[in-house]
Amino acid sequence: MEKHTRETAHDALLKVSNIDVFHGSFQALWDVSLEVKPGEMLALIGANTAGKSTLLDTISGLLHPAKGSIEFEGRNTSALDPFQIVELGISQVPEGRRLFPEMSVLDNLILGSYNRKARSKREQNLKQVYRHFPILEDRKNQLAKTLSGGQQQMLAIGRGLMADPKLMLLDEISLGLAPIVLDELYRALREIRERGITILFVEQNVRRTLQEADRAYILESGRVVLSGTPAELQEEEEVRKAYFGV
Amino acid sequence: MTDLLDLAAPLLRGILLGGLYVLIALGLSLVFGVMKLINVAHGDLVILGTYFAFFLMSGELLGHKYSVIANLGIDPILSLVIVIPLLFAIGYAIQKFLMSRALGISMEAPLLIAFGISLIIQNTAQKLWTPLSRGLTPTYALECFTVGVLRIPLIYLLDFIAALVVMLALREFLKRTYLGKAINAASQDKRAASLMGINNNRVYAFAFGIAMAIAAIAGVFLGLTFPFNPTSGVSFLIIAFGVIIVGGLGSMLGTFIGGMILGLAQTFGGYFLGATAQMLVLYVIVLVVLAVRPQGIFGR
Repeated sequence: MEKHTRETAHDALLKVSNIDVFHGSFQALWDVSLEVKPGEMLALIGANTAGKSTLLDTISGLLHPAKGSIEFEGRNTSALDPFQIVELGISQVPEGRRLFPEMSVLDNLILGSYNRKARSKREQNLKQVYRHFPILEDRKNQLAKTLSGGQQQMLAIGRGLMADPKLMLLDEISLGLAPIVLDELYRALREIRERGITILFVEQNVRRTLQEADRAYILESGRVVLSGTPAELQEEEEVRKAYFGV
Repeated sequence: MTDLLDLAAPLLRGILLGGLYVLIALGLSLVFGVMKLINVAHGDLVILGTYFAFFLMSGELLGHKYSVIANLGIDPILSLVIVIPLLFAIGYAIQKFLMSRALGISMEAPLLIAFGISLIIQNTAQKLWTPLSRGLTPTYALECFTVGVLRIPLIYLLDFIAALVVMLALREFLKRTYLGKAINAASQDKRAASLMGINNNRVYAFAFGIAMAIAAIAGVFLGLTFPFNPTSGVSFLIIAFGVIIVGGLGSMLGTFIGGMILGLAQTFGGYFLGATAQMLVLYVIVLVVLAVRPQGIFGR
């Protein structure tokens, strides 16, 4: 926990402070705080119901915190709607991809650039997406539902990039995908990050997380229980027990 | 030979009349497809458009005849320049101020609101324009054109052309524009749409507005084709449901074919069973489709 105090407030791109979030009467997050620094690749780890997706959805404005605040580039976004948050520069690649199945690959990508700021950069971002995932350019006129699982995930990430984000939230991109496909997705994520886009990702695969992330937060039953660099986390006995089984 | 030629008249009339039914059904289909909202006021909103055109042509309102407007005598088709934006605004407002809140409450709330709107329109129209049957009757509404030996009312042809134009325009709009794609996206996955930066409430309001703009066109051509009164909306709502049921929801081609089938059912029903039975045949066809293929001919 003492790793929290090392981070200074002013250099955070995103600062989540002490939020409580409810699904109806069920409290999903308890006093959660988290900071994302510009340019880093930050992971959220935790069991299925730990609240990782809830946290991403709250950052995206699909849910609103009952207590606490969320600041993006120093601006309080806790009460904003999702479309306003996308425009500020946070895009989410949701769990299960949630593509528009009956629309073409290209139309899915174009919809990613719906917010006003992204529209003017549409062609430029489209070229970038095709550079990361050339297969999408080959398949641009196909319906999204006809793509393979891996290609659909590429499209979901590409669609998120079309929003011209500063911060990208990725929810369980590895779900149901073969390791070889994942290697390609994470190679693309590293390229994306090298272009200066900050990444916050949720990942079930702890080994993969500790390989890819600069830092990670561990959520348990809606609370942050640990955070730190992969090396620091691996030293923690709790983590080893819970996530590595040793 | 004469028999076959006799059949050609109801065939052609049925197909052309189907165009009018397509026009009426398109707005209902759009609102259901996007918002999953059954707008039982759709028929009345169509008739409201008809009455707006009627007022702009005749100047009649609350038992008075406003001679300024009567002298202008704006042609019904020309009046669309005014009636389309007017109904668009009404539709936009209905969604923005009434439905958007109701959609969050329950499935029944928007249905009840639509039912209320229906009653309000019917009763207001009775006050403003009396319960009497009216018609939009510029000279061309009474003319016929001939195909070989067949004489077909000119307005039937105009109905069909209007349906084609509106359908193609709507299709291109949904396919090519950002707003159209957003409407499409919000109808497929509301949550994903909002993560794309789409303001669903705004998109819904536009979708309702566009549906009502199409209803305005439907209303004007309806008034040119059939006589109407303040409660006519109900029977045209049923026809619009029939078109969607027969054609299948969410398919524009289905809506088009559905309109043709109901148009043909009506004209052939009239031909074989007499004028009193023509609507009966139409309803029976809807029932048969519901029983045999409930998702509609082109439905998934």
